[in-house]
Amino acid sequence: MASISVQPQDFDISAELTALRGTNHNIGAIVTFTGTVRDINASLKSMSLEHYPGMTEKELQRIAEEAEARWPLLACRIIHRYGTLAPGDNIVFVITASPHRKAAFEAAEFLMDFLKSKAPFWKKETTTEGHGSWVDAKESDEAALKRWIP
Amino acid sequence: MQLVYFSRVREQIGCGEETIDQPNTVQTVADLIAFLSARGQNYATALADMSFIRVAVNQVHVPINHPVSNHDEVAFFPPVTGG
Repeated sequence: MASISVQPQDFDISAELTALRGTNHNIGAIVTFTGTVRDINASLKSMSLEHYPGMTEKELQRIAEEAEARWPLLACRIIHRYGTLAPGDNIVFVITASPHRKAAFEAAEFLMDFLKSKAPFWKKETTTEGHGSWVDAKESDEAALKRWIP
Repeated sequence: MQLVYFSRVREQIGCGEETIDQPNTVQTVADLIAFLSARGQNYATALADMSFIRVAVNQVHVPINHPVSNHDEVAFFPPVTGG
């Protein structure tokens, strides 16, 4: 049931919502999360995202299936971009649908927490001065997983 | 076995993938790291601090005591930063 896309091109949030709703009137709650390229110091020229083709899709599928096993989801979709992105561009999109909001909220957070620590993507930032550097992983991302482990 | 490298590990080693014949001394990921590190300074540097290296065998995350065989695809990469 879960749907995964790993792609260089942008996504259309409105079209994704329409497609996910379809004619399923059992859905009572839809949660979406969109992650975008941040440029806090106004010094970022671009961000490139490398990934591990094959493993990325498998890992996202595994995470989505885990969410479907934990919560009564009626739909679940993850889109993650790779390639070179500009400040403000979309990076990642997660959408969950359920009869009630609690499951949809929790599942969306769960998906993002696991995606951030398990899906094989790596960000490299290039500054407006042309300096490139890999983004370091955050310990807080690893710590965020702990609350989902019973 | 097929070896694949990503991100900083790929840059430090200087290639994205290579194929090697499984040496007799290599039974686990840890053995493979020791073998590669003895091959050259680029490998030794890339794999020096295992707290900053993650490993996948056949595209599944594994700990470094995981066994490896000649048919495996073994990937080395830094902690992931997607999302």
